[in-house]
Amino acid sequence: MDALILQFLNGLDKGSAYALIALGLTLIFGTLGVVNFAHGAMFMIGAFCAVAMQSMLNISKVTLDPTKLDFLGNPAQIRTPMVESLFGPELGGSIINWSVPLSILLAIPVMLALGFIMERGLIKHFYKRPHADQILVTFGLAIVLQEIIKYFYGANPIPTPAPDAFRGSIDFGVLIGYAQNTIIYPAWRLVYFTFSAVIIAAVFAFLQFTTFGMVVRAGMADRETVGLLGINIDKRFTIMFGIAAAVAGMAGAMYAPINSPNYHMGMDFLVLSFVVVVVGGMGSLPGAVLAGFLLGVVESFASMNEVKSLIPGIDQIIIYLIAIIILLTRPRGLMGRKGVMEE
Amino acid sequence: MLGLSKKDTTFLVVVIFLTLMTPILLQPFPEGSVLAQFNAGYPDLMQRFAIYGIFAIGFNILFGLTGYLSFGHAAFLGVGSYSVVWMYKLLGYNVVPGLLLAVVTAGLFALLIGYISLRRSGIYFSILTLAFAQMSFNLAYSVLTPLTNGETGLQVYTDDPQILMGAGSPNSPHFFGIVMNESAKIDVGGWQFTFNNGYYFCAIIAIIVFYLSLRIFRSPFGIMLRAIKTNQTRMTYTGLNPRPYTLAAFVISGMYAGLAGGLLASMDPLAGAERMQWTASGEVVLMTILGGAGTLMGPILGAGFIKYFENIFSKINDDILHTWFAALPDGLEDAIVFMVHPFIGKGWSLTLGLLFMMVVIFLPGGLIEGGNRIWRLVTGRSRNRNTPGKDAQHHPKPTAHVN
Amino acid sequence: MGILEVSNVNKRFGGLQALGDVNLDIAQGTVHAIIGPNGAGKSTLLNVLIGKLVPDTGTVMFDGKSVLGRKPYEINQMGISRVFQTPEIFGDLTVFENMLIPCFAKRDGTFRLHALESIASEKGIIEKAEQMLSDVAMIDKRGMTASSLSRGDKRRLEMAMCLVQEPKLLLLDEPTAGMARADTNNTIELLNHIHESRDITMVIIEHDMHVVFSLAKRITVLAQGSPLVEDTPENIKGHPKVKEAYLGEAAA
Repeated sequence: MDALILQFLNGLDKGSAYALIALGLTLIFGTLGVVNFAHGAMFMIGAFCAVAMQSMLNISKVTLDPTKLDFLGNPAQIRTPMVESLFGPELGGSIINWSVPLSILLAIPVMLALGFIMERGLIKHFYKRPHADQILVTFGLAIVLQEIIKYFYGANPIPTPAPDAFRGSIDFGVLIGYAQNTIIYPAWRLVYFTFSAVIIAAVFAFLQFTTFGMVVRAGMADRETVGLLGINIDKRFTIMFGIAAAVAGMAGAMYAPINSPNYHMGMDFLVLSFVVVVVGGMGSLPGAVLAGFLLGVVESFASMNEVKSLIPGIDQIIIYLIAIIILLTRPRGLMGRKGVMEE
Repeated sequence: MLGLSKKDTTFLVVVIFLTLMTPILLQPFPEGSVLAQFNAGYPDLMQRFAIYGIFAIGFNILFGLTGYLSFGHAAFLGVGSYSVVWMYKLLGYNVVPGLLLAVVTAGLFALLIGYISLRRSGIYFSILTLAFAQMSFNLAYSVLTPLTNGETGLQVYTDDPQILMGAGSPNSPHFFGIVMNESAKIDVGGWQFTFNNGYYFCAIIAIIVFYLSLRIFRSPFGIMLRAIKTNQTRMTYTGLNPRPYTLAAFVISGMYAGLAGGLLASMDPLAGAERMQWTASGEVVLMTILGGAGTLMGPILGAGFIKYFENIFSKINDDILHTWFAALPDGLEDAIVFMVHPFIGKGWSLTLGLLFMMVVIFLPGGLIEGGNRIWRLVTGRSRNRNTPGKDAQHHPKPTAHVN
Repeated sequence: MGILEVSNVNKRFGGLQALGDVNLDIAQGTVHAIIGPNGAGKSTLLNVLIGKLVPDTGTVMFDGKSVLGRKPYEINQMGISRVFQTPEIFGDLTVFENMLIPCFAKRDGTFRLHALESIASEKGIIEKAEQMLSDVAMIDKRGMTASSLSRGDKRRLEMAMCLVQEPKLLLLDEPTAGMARADTNNTIELLNHIHESRDITMVIIEHDMHVVFSLAKRITVLAQGSPLVEDTPENIKGHPKVKEAYLGEAAA
């Protein structure tokens, strides 16, 4: 039982990432009708916002200390991060330590801006083009974005640790009445799950309870009618594109401690997120979230040794297998609406 | 001749001539000259032109004609490679049994995947093929290790049976004694031309499969495939069942991919799982679109273009740039080198991505369409001339059922 | 016995009776119009005839064989061709290529892997396609891309594609919908010409009374999913029940 709970928890953090990316994909698809292959790149760029934040906070002033010599006999260089000289070593140190959560502050404006530029500059021109063209142009964009990141940050993963406070593990078992050391779970993964839940709730609340969200939802259901009411739906859709990018970016930034950012992580996640969207049902936001967590957890269970010994290799293919079965038996996915992307 | 119209026969003859002369044509600059780095007449690269050309020709039969965008064709490429290496291991280094097996297994595999994937169209079809290819890739890396040798990749070991290996048999891939990696080098003046057995083997196969694709384009079957892309409703109400037509196109293009994968292993007796990864599927999509989907020559041009620049661009470095722009004032020289730097060497993928986006945005017909536009500009002909028989390359608009 | 027999067809969508006890007997060689106010069930009936919908009860026999449960391409192969409200043609293909496809379908059936045969060597097929294009006066447009044709020409091409298959029955779904008067008259002329020269049975679903009375030999009036009357055009014109059905619509 405790092993099952552990696997369930393990599935949640990956599921959170799937859910957040799939949510953004669905928002873009539902509002703009565009299949965005560059959405994984948004996740990746978000993760690199965390990297950038980390290195920005570590920008240092170099002073020479003549009292100490390095091994070449030159005066030793002492690097003091600017932040520390600004806020004092204590506060400055903890600011550096908290660079990943702080990078959210960088990720949001960067991703919103990127989203707006992308939509206005490129995607806008593809609304009337066939889906194949949309796939192709966003696929090209994804390559370009990841190559730009590779140019600046190289091809190797960059370790981006979580704040010390969350670096260890917590004994989750004790909290729910198991013996000690039965369910040990990395603290940051719980933070990530909580964070995703908050973001997802915020997006749903935004769509549910604001006038803006209401218009967007109406637009998703019937764009033409909303347009006829004299409401400028395009502007709202542009903003939704920015929000979707920001969600993916935040998801990526917070994921950095779990998976050291590398330039192709976006593509890896994108393929899976598409599968998630299809399983959830193209155009269904709750479907995307549900399927994200579901597939994350299922994948985690499939990688248990007991399961793998029964069906070798199942952990490698389970997600795709589910997607294939769903697509063939329930083409609309778990919660898809009628008439979306059908002939 | 050969069941082709006069125009097509001329076209084919030109293609054959160009293919056979490639070792000379791609070596326009004398050895030792500054421009020699742009020469592409070395075996390794020429083989890849031919092999990826075959891959793209096959992909085009599916995507260019029917409009079904598969993101999983790399799976067939991988299957082809594995088949050939297995035949090396079991029988010996003659490539023929392996290539036959490669085409057959890839065809069967395509039949299975196609039968299931083609129950859906549009984006769902793309995702299904993607899912199947990723599944194959993951399996090749994990449980199928006995078949694929996992991360190491499949290769021939000395203790493999190789039951057909005689004492005098070559110890590397060969075609009835013609060893693939042997070349004849001929020096003419300052030029050096390399005539490689492997290239000519691939080239002749490429010519044969190009001829087959030309026949398919001109056949009633070819028209049916284009009809599928244009209007499936009219097609069914005309008494035609689109499903077997698309499936046949899928299987044919899968066999082309299997053949290409087999040839890769015929040149270099190795097969790795990364050949099945979806990035490889993406590459053939890039080639086909870049060259011009639905045109006869487009995919070959696209494949050649990408493989050439991948090789040449990645070799250019800042030093070379500095020598090029040395005539300019220093400040300007540095500025230009600085600007160009991100796009060369390892930045080639960036250039490719940008180029691909440009093509999709401004030139949906690909390089072929670009060439035609320039041709029209030069000759001043009107753009709407479209008479039958004149469409040596037809350009279906990118509409279709992917919507 | 007619070529197309619809017996006791019923179809419900949820609580709505879309078709109720429809009986039709369409004679060989006639032009039979099905008219009726909006929502009378004309489209539903058409969809039953072409196999898109399966009725809850009843039978549809064409040429002695049931059409129910068959795929649209099978029904076409039985000899029923269909003209759509908005012309369905192969827009990216040339006019001539558009004509070739039905010719191949007629000869080779629903599927044939003729991947290595050359079109140029199909002399019989080419001749047939060219002949048909001449018949509809479109031979000079053979090289044009079909999507660039005028609306009237698209309709003409679609009909030619149906006719070249020599169907036993031609189904026309509002063939003049959205057309200008001149185009409508041209279409009527074309259809009358086709009927007289080829003796094809036609079933027309139509809204426009001018078209109906210019073409039909017999008319069935459908109201609320059931046939109200079936008679010759002359008798239908003054029929009180028909007036009632249409006036009822106008009043609503």
